Amino acid sequence: MRLRTNVLRIAVVLGAFLAVELLSRIGAIPRVMMIPPSEMLIALVRLLLSGRMNVHIAITLRNVGIALTSALLLGFVGGVVVHALPRLRRILDPLFASYYSIPIFVFYPLFIVIFGMGSIPLIIMGFLSAVVAMVINTLNGLDRVPRVFRKTAQVFQMTRARAVCLIILPAAAANIFTGIKLAVAYAFIGVIAAEFILSGGGIGYQISFTYYAFDNNTMYALILLILVLVTVINMSLYVWERRLLTRMGRR
Amino acid sequence: MRPSKPHTADVFILVGGLLLFWQVLFLLVGELAITPPLDTLLYAIRLLGRERFWPHVVETATAFAAGLAISVVGGLAIGLSLGFHRLSGEVFEPILTALYSIPKVTLYPMILLIFGIRMSAKVAFGTIHGIVPIIIFTMDAVRNIKPVYIKTGRLYHLDPATMARTILVPAALPEIVTGLRVGFSLTLIGTLIGEMFGSLQGLGFVLMRAIGLHDVKTIMAVTLLLVAFAASINTILLVIDHRLHERAI
Repeated sequence: MRLRTNVLRIAVVLGAFLAVELLSRIGAIPRVMMIPPSEMLIALVRLLLSGRMNVHIAITLRNVGIALTSALLLGFVGGVVVHALPRLRRILDPLFASYYSIPIFVFYPLFIVIFGMGSIPLIIMGFLSAVVAMVINTLNGLDRVPRVFRKTAQVFQMTRARAVCLIILPAAAANIFTGIKLAVAYAFIGVIAAEFILSGGGIGYQISFTYYAFDNNTMYALILLILVLVTVINMSLYVWERRLLTRMGRR
Repeated sequence: MRPSKPHTADVFILVGGLLLFWQVLFLLVGELAITPPLDTLLYAIRLLGRERFWPHVVETATAFAAGLAISVVGGLAIGLSLGFHRLSGEVFEPILTALYSIPKVTLYPMILLIFGIRMSAKVAFGTIHGIVPIIIFTMDAVRNIKPVYIKTGRLYHLDPATMARTILVPAALPEIVTGLRVGFSLTLIGTLIGEMFGSLQGLGFVLMRAIGLHDVKTIMAVTLLLVAFAASINTILLVIDHRLHERAI
């Protein structure tokens, strides 16, 4: 059953690619609109070998890295603090519930005005996209630690630090991991979308630049690069999470 | 994720706190960068009184409404089918999750090349953002319906459309509404990002033009209007969401 699902899934994805390939080869999809997927792949390999995108790839990865690390750290600490203060949490709950309904990209122009064009507004966009997912999931995780676990820690007369390391964190790990997974995806979306809208460097910037330059080969190679990169990262986290959950006997 | 029902007093404290934060921020960074809350509100009202502003509102609203309509109808249809047919659901679930978490902005040039710099490109872009969460939530909701309901439907030999209308949708409604809430927000985000890049009309375009002119007043006022709109609709949908979930328990 499991094998059949996997085979079917691969067939669906391959089928979609082949269909697009076929349609562009017979000219149903004009070349000015989209180049065949096989050519995107070749263009991407050439682009990576030539090394002329390395600077931009590095800029994007660095910005995502900074945004993500700060979002994970502050999001986790924020979650722990808010969890400890129920009154504050009741006030902030509506904010958490509505946060992702607000198109945060409308704040991007504002950050450009305040900080100028550069890496800072990009990092802020990635950070803002990711941080609240981390806070919310840390809260969820801490909520789900059964009371009997805390009592067990008391029975063993554990110090607060020991209880947190040995009992609370492992018990909340599943939700915290969901938070990390979402934060990774959102940090990439935030930074790349902002680069794309308005910036001076990065993969998102290059995609918009090549779009205006009618350089379809490079543009599709870069689009493919982003999609593959982000999908591989997300899928690895997904697989890792599955393993973690299996080991913890949750599934 | 469904948080607990908010208390009215807490919402006031929250909004008050955010306004205070805004005012303090204004005092810190000065008027070259941002405008204070009251001035922004007054300027937003003035903008709404201008005739030249309305075509942009109408443009964004039309693109958003069309994108949302397609997302909802398409998302429900696909979500119901994938939830009902277990194998296809399992085949497509990871593909949908992957689609949900890629930066879809990168696909916008492709959409522009396909649809041209027109309304239809914004609609398509709003749709690809909004439809995925609606499919995922609907699919999960249908999968979690008690099997006895579906068996009852089979017993009556209901055709797929009647089955969807009389059994699947009512039983899965609370979760479907959660999906619609997420879909609503993402469609709006998609439409606006679409307008911020390669567009000649609409609120996203107004924002980008204002950056070029360093027109902080307009940036702040339009941002306020959009945030207020998104937050109010989300609050209404949250209230409906809570009611339905309470009833379901």
